Amino acid sequence: MGQSLIVRHLEAWYGSNKTLKGINMQIAPNQVTAIIGPSGCGKSTFVRCINRMHETLPGTKVKGEIILDGESIYDQDPVALRKTVGMVFQKANPFPSMSIYENVVAGLRLNGMKSKQKLQASAEKSLRMAALWDEVKDRLNYSGMSLSGGQQQRLCIARALAVEPSVLLMDEPASALDPIATTHIEELIRQLKENYTILIVTHNMQQAARIADSTAFFLSGELVEHGPTSEIFTNPNDKRTEDYITGRFG
Amino acid sequence: MSKKTELTASIGDQTFRLLTLLMAISVLVLMVWMGWQMYDSALPSIQKFGFSFITGRVWDPVKEQFGALPFIYGTLVTSLLALLIATPIGLGVAIFLNEMAASKVRVVVAFLVEMLAAIPSVVYGLWGIFVLAPWLRETVEPGLAKWFGFIPLFQGTPAGFGMLAGGLILAVMILPTIAAISGEVMAAVPNAQREAALALGATKWEMIRLAVLPYAKSGILGGIMLGLGRALGETMAVTMLIGNRPDILPSLFAPAYSMAAVIANEFTEATYALYLSALVEIGLILFGITLILNVFARFLVWSVARGPKGGTSNE
Repeated sequence: MGQSLIVRHLEAWYGSNKTLKGINMQIAPNQVTAIIGPSGCGKSTFVRCINRMHETLPGTKVKGEIILDGESIYDQDPVALRKTVGMVFQKANPFPSMSIYENVVAGLRLNGMKSKQKLQASAEKSLRMAALWDEVKDRLNYSGMSLSGGQQQRLCIARALAVEPSVLLMDEPASALDPIATTHIEELIRQLKENYTILIVTHNMQQAARIADSTAFFLSGELVEHGPTSEIFTNPNDKRTEDYITGRFG
Repeated sequence: MSKKTELTASIGDQTFRLLTLLMAISVLVLMVWMGWQMYDSALPSIQKFGFSFITGRVWDPVKEQFGALPFIYGTLVTSLLALLIATPIGLGVAIFLNEMAASKVRVVVAFLVEMLAAIPSVVYGLWGIFVLAPWLRETVEPGLAKWFGFIPLFQGTPAGFGMLAGGLILAVMILPTIAAISGEVMAAVPNAQREAALALGATKWEMIRLAVLPYAKSGILGGIMLGLGRALGETMAVTMLIGNRPDILPSLFAPAYSMAAVIANEFTEATYALYLSALVEIGLILFGITLILNVFARFLVWSVARGPKGGTSNE
C-alpha cells in the first residue's frame, strides 16, 4: 500500500545555491501528486530529497524534515529508505550489460533474493504491472538496450516496482518519449496509484491535468500552491499559478 | 561561390586526405618492414634450429646451442605475476579515487600515481637492487617459504634476485597504467547509472558492482592488457632484478631470464653471426607474442563489450 508523506520546512542547497526555500507539504497516500513549475524551480530537487538522492551529490545540503508513514526519513538508513521509496528518472537508465530479466530483478538480488522461482515470479509480476510483459516475455534474456525508448522507461519502472516500494518518485518520466509511449506511461501511472503513492515531476501541464489527483506548483524554490488538480487548473488561489498555467511565463 | 574557390577547396581536401592517408600507411609499412627485417636477420637461426629454438632449454653460445624457452618462460611468468598483483591494486586505486575519495585527496593521490609512471625504469631497477631484493631475500621469501613452502612456487633458497623480484618491480611499473585507464573509464560511466543502482537501495559497494564495473569492464580490460604489453617488453628494471640465468625452475625465488633482458645483455657480446641471429629471433618471438596477445585482447574486449543479445554494452 501507499504511504503518506509530510514535508516540513524543507531546505536544500547545491553548493551555495539554495534550491528549496522551506517547503511545507502533505502528500496523500495512493494518490498521484504532480509537481509542476518552470525549469530551475526546485521540483526535481524536491523529489530527489524524498529518497535522499539529493545528498549523494557532492556539495549538497538538506535541512528540514520529511516524515514517511510517521517516521522521519532522516532517522533511517538511506539505503533502506530507497527500498521503500522507489525512483524513475527522466532518461531511461537500464543497466546496459544486463538482460531485460536481470534488469528487473537487479534490486531484488541486492536484497539477497536468490530463489530462481521467486525472482522469476516477481519479474513477471513487475513487468505485468509496468505493462511491458506481453512485449518482452519471449525475449527476457535480450539486452535491456534492445528495447525502444518507451519500453526502456517501462523497464525502469518495472525495475523500481520489483523492490515493492510504497512510494514511487518519477522525475519527468515521459519527457524523452514520443506521444504514444507517453500515453502508455500515463495509463500505467493511473493504474499504479492503487498500490503506490506517486509523486511525478512534469513539465507538461496537460499531463498533470490528465493523471494527477493533486498538483503542486513550485516557483523559485518555493511551493506556491498545492491543491486538487481541478482546482489548481481551473480556479487557482495565487496569481502566479494562474500566470503559469495560462502560459504567461515559464 | 565561384568555381575557382570551389576547386581550390577540393584540392585542399584532396591533399589533406592524401597526406593523412600517407601517414596512416607509414605506420603499417614501418611495422611490416620491422617484422620483415627481423625475420631476415633471424633466418640463419630459424633455418638451423627450426622449431626446437622455441622448445630448446639450453642457451650456450660457446657450444653454439640456442634454445629460447627459458627466456619465454621468464618473460611470461614475471609478466603474469605482475598482472596478478597490479590488477587488484590498480582497480582498487581507481575505485577509491573515482568513487570514494574526497576531491582534495583525489588530486593528490592521482598525481602520485601518475608520478609512478614517470619514474625511469633504470631508477626502478636501482631501487630494486638496493631495497626490494634485500627485503625479499631477508623477510618476504623466508616467510613465504615457511608458510607456503609446500607449494613448489615458494620452495628453494631465498635469493632476492629472481622471478619474484622481477614480477614485483613490473607490478609497480604497470600499476599506474592500470589505475589510470580504469579510472578514466570509470569516470566516463554516466551518473544516471550510479543513481539507478542507488535508487534500488544499493550501498556504495553494490553500486560499484552493479553499475560502475559492468559498464566500465571492457575499458578496464583494455587497461589491463596495456599493462601486460608494457610488462612483456620492459627491459631495464627486469634485467637488473631477474637474476639473468637461463633456467626454468618452478620456484619464484629462483633466478631466471627474460627475452628483453637477454637481448639487451648479450647483443654487444654476440661475436658471431649465428649468435646474433639467435638474439634477433628472440626479438621476433617477443614481437610475435605481443602481437598475438594484443589481438587476443581485442577479441576479449570486443566479446565482453557485446553483453546480452540485441544490444551493445556502452551506449
